[in-house]
Amino acid sequence: MPDIRWWRKKILLACTGLAGLVALAGLYSLYKVIGRALDDGQRDWWFIGSMLPRSDDRNMPPIRDILAEFNQPTREGGDPLWNLIFDGVLFTLREALVGFVLGVVTGMVIAILLMRFLTLEKGAMPYIIASQTVPLIAIAPIIVIWGRKNFDFLPWEWQDWMSVSLIAVYLTFFPITVNGLRGLQSPNPDSKELMDSYAAGWWQTLWKLRLPASLPFLFPALKIAALASIIGAIVGEISSGQSDGLGFLILDFFTKYSTAPERLYAAIIGAALLGLFAAAVISLAEFILNVHRRQVANAQT
Amino acid sequence: MTAERATDNPQVSEEGLQDSMDTLQDSMESRQHLLGSVAAQGVSKVFLPNSTSKVTALEDINLHISPGSFTTLIGPSGCGKSTLLRLVAGLIHPTQGVVQVNGKPADQARKDRDYGMAFQTASLFDWRTVRKNIELPLELMGWRRGARQQRAAEMLELVQLPEFADSYPSELSGGMQQRVAIARALAFKPTLLLMDEPFGALDEMTREHMQAELLHIWEETNTTIIFITHSIPEAVFLSTNVCVMTPRPGRISTQIEIDLGKRTDDTREREDFFASIVKVREALRSQEST
Amino acid sequence: MTSPDMNPADVSIMQTPGQQSPNGFKSAAAKAVSKAASPWLLPLIFGVGGLLIWEFGLWATNPERFLLPRPSEIISVLSEDDRGVDNTIFESIFEASRTTGFIILSSLVVGVILGVAAALITTRFRATNEVITPLAVAMNATPIVALAPIFNNWLGLTSPRSNQAVVVLIVFFPVFINTARGLNTVDPNQIELMQSLASKPWTIIRRVRIPSALPFFFTALKLVSSLCVVAAIVAEYFGGSQSSLGSKIITYAGFTQYDAAWAAVLAGSIIGIVLYALASVAERLAMPWAHRSWNSP
Ligand SMILES: Nc1ncnc2c1ncn2[C@@H]1O[C@H](COP(=O)(O)OP(=O)(O)O)[C@@H](O)[C@H]1O
Ligand SMILES: [Mg+2]
Repeated sequence: MPDIRWWRKKILLACTGLAGLVALAGLYSLYKVIGRALDDGQRDWWFIGSMLPRSDDRNMPPIRDILAEFNQPTREGGDPLWNLIFDGVLFTLREALVGFVLGVVTGMVIAILLMRFLTLEKGAMPYIIASQTVPLIAIAPIIVIWGRKNFDFLPWEWQDWMSVSLIAVYLTFFPITVNGLRGLQSPNPDSKELMDSYAAGWWQTLWKLRLPASLPFLFPALKIAALASIIGAIVGEISSGQSDGLGFLILDFFTKYSTAPERLYAAIIGAALLGLFAAAVISLAEFILNVHRRQVANAQT
Repeated sequence: MTAERATDNPQVSEEGLQDSMDTLQDSMESRQHLLGSVAAQGVSKVFLPNSTSKVTALEDINLHISPGSFTTLIGPSGCGKSTLLRLVAGLIHPTQGVVQVNGKPADQARKDRDYGMAFQTASLFDWRTVRKNIELPLELMGWRRGARQQRAAEMLELVQLPEFADSYPSELSGGMQQRVAIARALAFKPTLLLMDEPFGALDEMTREHMQAELLHIWEETNTTIIFITHSIPEAVFLSTNVCVMTPRPGRISTQIEIDLGKRTDDTREREDFFASIVKVREALRSQEST
Repeated sequence: MTSPDMNPADVSIMQTPGQQSPNGFKSAAAKAVSKAASPWLLPLIFGVGGLLIWEFGLWATNPERFLLPRPSEIISVLSEDDRGVDNTIFESIFEASRTTGFIILSSLVVGVILGVAAALITTRFRATNEVITPLAVAMNATPIVALAPIFNNWLGLTSPRSNQAVVVLIVFFPVFINTARGLNTVDPNQIELMQSLASKPWTIIRRVRIPSALPFFFTALKLVSSLCVVAAIVAEYFGGSQSSLGSKIITYAGFTQYDAAWAAVLAGSIIGIVLYALASVAERLAMPWAHRSWNSP
């Protein structure tokens, strides 16, 4: 019974979300229509003119053109754009996925250590929070060089995208650590005493009680972490000058904006779809692992 | 294991080993009749002894519980009932005195899994089905899957919930959850069952029903039960022995034996039932005035 | 560790604040000092230890030190002349921090106001709630920083407006979603109590919903206080003022002045820490009944 209700809720959410996107596209077109009717360019609008986007086709290409652009080759005889974007999505997805998996593991290990050692939690937590204020993405080029020089001991050849994954790890581990710690600490005293009464060891208590108890706290964090790993991958590509991936496409189309503005929009739509895809996968995992039954109050990050 | 250590260590002679084996043998035999017994001798418990907020939760507790009995601890909030139960469980250690369960130190009894425990909150793991919850202690003890499932089924019969085996705790009522918790506590057939206000959160009707059920289980399994409650009628209805406790510092002021024979629904309306209630109530009152 | 009375968490539950001195010998003054210092002591030890390891550990082991310079090198580079400008590096970074800090702070304020307003409106009017919330959740699952280049085209390549627009969006969605969730996660009994007193919808929002939404709101505020620094710096990659942290970092890294680049990165981090601290203080002031520690998210 609750399953059906859960599915209905999720599908409804997806539908209204889609309807909302359509509405957003409608607003975009409406804005263009009004803007052009008043003054193509808004240069002379009083005060707000400088704050609002210009509605000409160069600054705001029509939705129809953006969609049509997906099917156009980017150069003579080349693959259509959607092919290029799809390859970029795959490349970025791999980076993000590696970063996500490593980040979740790292985040959980840190959470377990903090849970185990109170001193560590008290002493290190401020720095874990502070770590997220360090814009490591900004120095992606340094990380890439550092990666090239420091990972030659690995059995496989270190590639630059792996360094970008490391940046994704840096952004991913944090929500996992914070919510994971709360989840690991969430069992009530009775449950812990119950495990003690069975003379269960620390590992057994971790495995049978604390980890399962942490799942409802972990899933909201996983959604945030998935997005963080994608952002880390895209921005890392941009700032480290990778020549593949969505980030590269966005940067490339940005510099060639004047010739084909629709392409930049198309690449950004690709990025948005990647984010939505990741969120959907996590929701599905939540359902499969049966965690959706156990929504906890206030488990937001 | 023992043998290995003996050869490694020249100081332990052959005879020494034999001796210790003998005493082990002795104690095993002497313990046989102690199965299900609890003894506390001169037990005190002080929380935070070095701090300004130190709490003397229990002082000079002497308690002997014989196998197969049903003992109730009753007293006002904060008088140390839960503390006493946790001492018996070996979850905390006495500041003074010794607690023995089944003739051995309480902590050892805990490690040997000699008792089961139930709390006011059913404390079921909400990610496990009812059956899996009952199997939890068995998993921790390394039982095989088949044996676990068989025992869980048996326990579900005992608490009359076989059709809920695959439900999740959130799908059960409070009374049913508490029955599952009892089934879990009894799953490995411990000789002793410790219960800390298990029916405290239930409504009166469910509560009386659960009391009857608990007595039925007690008769069927022959387990020693230590039971904490706030309710005088509950204490009288259930137990063979009521220990009345006084607060600050916690002591056992009076022990009252209850002899009402086999309990039925009619017991609750009998003259001697009320007489016992009055007795317990007076014991609780008298400590207030002093 | 299995013994619960050894568990410090259990003990601390039983203690009342102001009675936590571990031994009875200390004078009252020493107690007061140690009490005030104790939440800071461990982080301080960890911080100093970390810095020492960074300073001396790297020096001992890492030949590629220039990629991650030592703290002392980062400090000493501050007084060097900045290439092509009539400033020391410190002055340049300070100037850039002011530019970026202003962008962040102004967008934070605008984003928070918009987010809270949207949450209040969607809560008050059920219909908007059911359309807008899913849309916001979906938007929040997309990498919004990727919009930076579009905003640049819309709002001007060198205008800080485009950077502000990105940060506003980054701030808006978490604040809106969390606050809306908080406004809707209320004890139904409290609502019924208010209705039994014939309260108007806005009164219920003010007296019941807003107080219970505060923890959710501050969770989001603390989250975005660190997110918005990263977002602003990334946005500055695509355009905006020449004297911003983002463009300074690119310039320094381009000239392999890694110690200066690190100094600029740390300046960004300081902005983030200050914002986080401000958000935490505001949380304390706004919710005196819930003395949550800094580590509860
Ligand atoms: N871990 C602990 N630390 C400090 N004091 C405790 C602890 N556990 C219980 N106490 C104190 O011991 C006294 C007895 O508590 P408890 O045994 O829980 O009472 P009861 O179960 O009878 O209500 C209370 O005053 C309580 O505050
Ligand atoms: Mg109690």
